[in-house]
Amino acid sequence: MHVNNEKYSTVEEKNSDISRPFFLLKHKVSIWRLIPFLVAALVFTPVIVVFSSFFMPANEVWQHLVETTLSSLLINTFWLSVGVIAGTSLLGVSLAWFTAVYEFPGSRFFSWALLLPLAIPAYVTAFVVLGLFDYTGPVQTSLRIWLGSELTWFPDLYGRGGVIVVMTLAFYPYVYLMARNAFLTQGKRLLEVAQSLGLNRRQGFFKVALPMARPWIVGGIMLTLMETLADFGTVAVFNYDTFTTAIYKAWFSMFSLPAASQLASLLIVIVFVLIIIEQQFRLRMRFAETKRSARAGGILLSGWKAKAASFFAASVLFFAFVMPIMQLGIWAANSLLQSFDQRYLEFLLHSVLLSAMATVITCFIAILLVYAVRLHSDILTRIAVRIATIGYALPGAVLAVGIFIPFAWLDNQLNEWLSLLFQIETNLLIQGTLGVMLIAYMTRFLAVGHYPIDSAMQRITRNIDEAAMGFGLSGWAVLRSIHLPMLKAGIFTAATLVFVDVMKEMPITLMTRPFGWDTLAVRIFALTSEGEWEQAALPAVTLVLAGLVPIILLMRQTDK
Amino acid sequence: MDTLLKLHQVRHAYGKQTTINYLSFDLEKGEIGCLLGPSGCGKTTVLRCIAGFEPLTAGEILLNGIMVSCANFSLPPEQRRVGMVFQDYALFPHLTIAENVGFGLHRKSTVERTQRVSDLLQTVGLTEAANKYPHELSGGQQQRVALARALAPNPDLLLMDEPFSNLDISLRERLSLEVRDILKNQHITAILVTHDQDEAFSVADVIGVMHQGKIMQWDTAYNLYHRPANRFVANFIGQGVFLPGKVLAPGKIETELGILTEHIYHQCESDNEICHIGSEVDVLIRPDDIVYSNESTSQAVVMHKAFRGAEILYTLKLPTGRTALSLISSHHNHAIGEKIGIKLEADHVVVFKR
Repeated sequence: MHVNNEKYSTVEEKNSDISRPFFLLKHKVSIWRLIPFLVAALVFTPVIVVFSSFFMPANEVWQHLVETTLSSLLINTFWLSVGVIAGTSLLGVSLAWFTAVYEFPGSRFFSWALLLPLAIPAYVTAFVVLGLFDYTGPVQTSLRIWLGSELTWFPDLYGRGGVIVVMTLAFYPYVYLMARNAFLTQGKRLLEVAQSLGLNRRQGFFKVALPMARPWIVGGIMLTLMETLADFGTVAVFNYDTFTTAIYKAWFSMFSLPAASQLASLLIVIVFVLIIIEQQFRLRMRFAETKRSARAGGILLSGWKAKAASFFAASVLFFAFVMPIMQLGIWAANSLLQSFDQRYLEFLLHSVLLSAMATVITCFIAILLVYAVRLHSDILTRIAVRIATIGYALPGAVLAVGIFIPFAWLDNQLNEWLSLLFQIETNLLIQGTLGVMLIAYMTRFLAVGHYPIDSAMQRITRNIDEAAMGFGLSGWAVLRSIHLPMLKAGIFTAATLVFVDVMKEMPITLMTRPFGWDTLAVRIFALTSEGEWEQAALPAVTLVLAGLVPIILLMRQTDK
Repeated sequence: MDTLLKLHQVRHAYGKQTTINYLSFDLEKGEIGCLLGPSGCGKTTVLRCIAGFEPLTAGEILLNGIMVSCANFSLPPEQRRVGMVFQDYALFPHLTIAENVGFGLHRKSTVERTQRVSDLLQTVGLTEAANKYPHELSGGQQQRVALARALAPNPDLLLMDEPFSNLDISLRERLSLEVRDILKNQHITAILVTHDQDEAFSVADVIGVMHQGKIMQWDTAYNLYHRPANRFVANFIGQGVFLPGKVLAPGKIETELGILTEHIYHQCESDNEICHIGSEVDVLIRPDDIVYSNESTSQAVVMHKAFRGAEILYTLKLPTGRTALSLISSHHNHAIGEKIGIKLEADHVVVFKR
């Protein structure tokens, strides 16, 4: 009897070993432990490389930069940040409040339509605004004809104000989205509490709704700020010098990679301060989380208040989305015969190919990370994943520098060795290949791909695995019939987001692309730096159409 | 006594869907009222109308004799001096307990506010928690904070929307008695909304049973149980079954469990239409109306039994095939399928026309 029992149990053990998913097998576990750390190391290398140049001895170009432009860079960046923060929080919070709490003509429509500007890259809005409103543009020209005089009062677009306005129009949806989410989760409930305690609605907004939404609003502002600091295309179009353009110039006009890296190190310090602030507020967001209360319809606005709310939302939507789209459409139609040619198709093909490759790599690594955490969710692994997904905060220009430097160094080493051993002169073996560029993309957009897959995985509880195994399914069968179908939606979302982000990405592409790999974004940069707005319209329209896809996905998610 | 709150023919609708249908009741100063009903009967909407969050489509609401709501007017909630405890408590997560309780005292001086907050925290037994945040407290403690916060500005009327529904049963019972004591000690007029009879019975002085936006009966717990005004109340409150009967003479009804002669609820005497001789009626039989009797000629088969400690609630199958409920001392432990003798022993019974 006793012997029998023992025999039985060993059989069972064997069986259970077989029925374990392949990734749970004991002897293979070690590699899953390593993966998050390997990815984290890969992502963090450019950060360390760039940051270490902060302490590098000053070279001539750097000295020159410090003496001539550094102070103006800092001042420009500071005022740009202040302006964009003020603009986006004003627009984002007020629009979020109106659409979340009140009902007015079109409020349902505006609540999703106000997200649409996210589909237009800021650098596209930038050149449309310039094309429309600068001296030779249709607005000023027709005003001159109509008034019969020079427009001395017309504001100078190429100043701080122009960039701030454009970025506000492009980035306010981040604040809007976060703030609206906060106002909806609070529900009207807390406002009602305030009212039942003797506060009127205005007091309720300032004493309850706003303070409670603060973590979300700050989260939105942080996103905006990161986008602002990372932006290259918009400031380039406006000739408004910030760190990103300065990095580009140091590298490609003054040919000083060290100087570019030192500029990047300054920017990275600023970014890290932002990351720390953001993390703090993310923690608080978790505390403040309440159940989303059922909404029995908003408070009905009537009379002039309703009209004012509709007018406000409509004008923001007009300037941020409708006007740029219309102007792009007109230009694209005008220039279609010229722009739609062999070269356009080539740029499009490059964009799609690069995005597809980057998407596959990024999603693959994201899946690896997600599985690794599922197997070992200890604190070290989670920290590694946190570091691995930090790239979203790193400006593309910084990443480009940080990734290029180590590869250039590797190339030099290889070159030395090869010439020493085989007397072969190989220049640029690694740098200037697609690999460098794809790694840079992956680093920047891993967080974008990781988040949807991770949340899909979290919905698969361990009980589901065990239930499946209880039915006698083997490890591979569990993966195939349970995990993959349940992860499919998350992987799809991740792939869409990464694909479109890579397509729109400008500085990384511009700085690390191999010769002959011009994309739509690079083409837009080239054309707009020469003021060829009309020619840039077709590539821009293409990017906007691609950009609409993830926005629609996002809307469908927030509707639920 | 003064009437503090008066609802007169109140009507409310969400679009085309009528939620409250010409509803009226009065509440005296110092009384604790309760709206009791199944979910979706409109009881929470009544509360929200009184608080001023929902406009009326007809009728009026008077507070202290002053009209606060009618079809085309609604005094803003913040001017009504009506406090509210919400179902999910809705504490401000970014404020400490003391700040939450003091929130409604924004017009008071700091000294007054501090004093009032500490008094209230003492009343609800949470003095040590003053500097904690809501997420650090248990459900029962959060509930007490919500109560203290609503009481702080000294409202004329306190509204409580399912205040105990998020708590587990043992805590619910204890806390509901505690809350009643607090309200009574401070002479607070309050209305509670719940779907739980026990809660209503233990807290309220007067209860309105609601169904489809109407109050079916506005009465004390005793009367709701023993003198239900209609079949809905009879069914909703307590347990029991209807047995068909035939009126033999005034005050004399024949049922399958024998002839009932005495203690027939007066409704039957006054209402000739129901009780003229020969008319068919339904008699409400509560589980405690049927007792065990060895020598009885009426026999019933045990279908189910639910042990309740001192008693066992038996579901019995009568000879006619109808079921009846009987609460019998648990010393009489009968097996399922066993035939037992029963007899009717009702102090009084309620009769409805068939």
